[in-house]
Amino acid sequence: MTTNTTPAKAHDSASSTGTKSPAIAGRKRDIRFFSRLSGLALAVWAIIIIGPLVWVFLSSFKSPEEIFSSPWTIPSKLRWDNWERAWNTAHIGTYMLNSVVVVAFSTTLTMLLGSMAAYVLSRYQFFGNRAIYYLFVSGLAFPVFLALVPLFFTVRDIGNGLRNLTGLPFDKWIGIGSTGGLVLVYVSYSLPFTVFFLSAFFKTLPTSVAEAAMIDGAGHMKLFFRVMMPMAKSGLVSVGIFNVIGQWAQYLLPLYLIPGGEEFQERWVLTQGIASISTAAGFKSDWGALFAAITIAILPMIIIYALMQRQIQSGLTAGAVK
Amino acid sequence: MRHGKYPFVVGFLFAPVLLYVTYVIYPTLRTFYISMTAWRGFSVEPKWIGFDNYKQLFDDDRFWQAIRHHAELLVALPLITIAIALFFAFLLNVGGGSKGGVRTGVWGSKFYRVVFFLPQVLAVAIVGVMFQTVYRPDNTGLVNGVLTKIGLDPIALLVNKNTALWSIMFVAVWQAVGFYVVLFSAGMSGIPTEIYEAAELDGATRVSMFFRVTLPLLWDTIQVAWVYLGIAAFDFFALINVLAQDGGYGGPDGATTTLATELYYAASKSKLGYASAIGVVLFFLTLTFAALTLRVTKRETIEY
Repeated sequence: MTTNTTPAKAHDSASSTGTKSPAIAGRKRDIRFFSRLSGLALAVWAIIIIGPLVWVFLSSFKSPEEIFSSPWTIPSKLRWDNWERAWNTAHIGTYMLNSVVVVAFSTTLTMLLGSMAAYVLSRYQFFGNRAIYYLFVSGLAFPVFLALVPLFFTVRDIGNGLRNLTGLPFDKWIGIGSTGGLVLVYVSYSLPFTVFFLSAFFKTLPTSVAEAAMIDGAGHMKLFFRVMMPMAKSGLVSVGIFNVIGQWAQYLLPLYLIPGGEEFQERWVLTQGIASISTAAGFKSDWGALFAAITIAILPMIIIYALMQRQIQSGLTAGAVK
Repeated sequence: MRHGKYPFVVGFLFAPVLLYVTYVIYPTLRTFYISMTAWRGFSVEPKWIGFDNYKQLFDDDRFWQAIRHHAELLVALPLITIAIALFFAFLLNVGGGSKGGVRTGVWGSKFYRVVFFLPQVLAVAIVGVMFQTVYRPDNTGLVNGVLTKIGLDPIALLVNKNTALWSIMFVAVWQAVGFYVVLFSAGMSGIPTEIYEAAELDGATRVSMFFRVTLPLLWDTIQVAWVYLGIAAFDFFALINVLAQDGGYGGPDGATTTLATELYYAASKSKLGYASAIGVVLFFLTLTFAALTLRVTKRETIEY
């Protein structure tokens, strides 16, 4: 362990000017013990975090015999066929693509609608402004579970209602079991936090720039898209990251709104797909493929995190720091 | 900002408000009504039965089992997570002593912060499936592989009634600690170094520095963390749905059930009035908890 050298040395130089007393020597021993112990604690927790991830990754290349007989060793060769079975036979490829599509649309729409509402609510005075603001913010207090039962019927009835009204297949587009319906629901449930966070952010932007743009003849629309949105970029990035990760991880809503069965299964998202193959009869014995499926589901997030961990950390904690 | 203000305001608010009212406000309010009815979803109209669902709920043993689990989660989850996160945040920020007047963390602080936060970006359901393999009852599981390697008997963590809930709770702690390490680190970096220097000159050890300086000055952040984790304890669902041994129904024998689990299964059996009643109870419990926590833990704010 090299952990203890730095603090001990730092203390050495600090105390070398004074006279050495038994008390200081005792404290130094105390500090060395403390840093050795703390170094150990940190290392242990790091292993607890990384250990399962590495273990799953290694197991994804193993044959069933290897998983049984030597769960600890490096796989004897890279069996990509495990990955292939997970991707194709277990449909992880499809589920992953569905998740990407859902999150791409829902986060874009959340950011657009959320910043529009937040901008108007934070910078324009009109009758009912506060009422609408508190309507949005009150959503932060409702657990999703509170709306769950009626939500199913709302989604179903809107799809069927619009179909009967227009003759177009709206039930396929935004009804139960549809990607569009899931996107609209994600957006709606992301709005409270997005509006809350961005209103606070828009309030901090200087009015002088907006006034100058107005004098130059910019209309409300131009002011919003050309001036205010670019100025709010850092806030938009934070909430954007927050929404991407939150919507990617969503499990309850897709589980309820995209039911199982032949008809809908091809539209499942990654979280429900992974949860179901771990119990599906065919894959209960194919552990290599299960490990590969978990790895495929986890890997993209780890890569993205490695590339932009600073922004992700600040994005996810932004709401709590406020 | 004079001409054309109202068309602009209405235009910008129309779509967000319409979506939000349709998919959040309307179903939320409707839950209160449905909880007073008997409804199986496809019958023409829900039948009004007053508080019968609630009476049935309060007579159900599984409901009280779930409440007991919430009580356990409510105490243990925040306590364990915050304790570990505070300890690590302290080590990573001020544990290394002062160097040139700047408080530093121990060696490798940056690396540890990145690693600890990592589980936070993973989807909780996928983490759950990963721990399904980690907790496997024979030596193909990670935990029992280690145990048999060092000559101990394997433990069926998720099958045993006494360990199931704690094993699932550990997964939540595993995922949450890093988030609170970063959150507390942000709070700690706001504490002026002079305070630590003064404490050090007065001969304070690191332990007393932690309890006398860091903890009181970080109180507001800890309070926020407690409310967050408490709400997470009420919303506990995905991990149980994935990890509970009887296909996610809070098993074995209800030993890991929560209100959200009960709600989900009542809904999937089309007992919609009953499921809604559970949702309403969950809502009021969460609200009471948040209000109580903010009230009880209120302290003089220390200015610095």
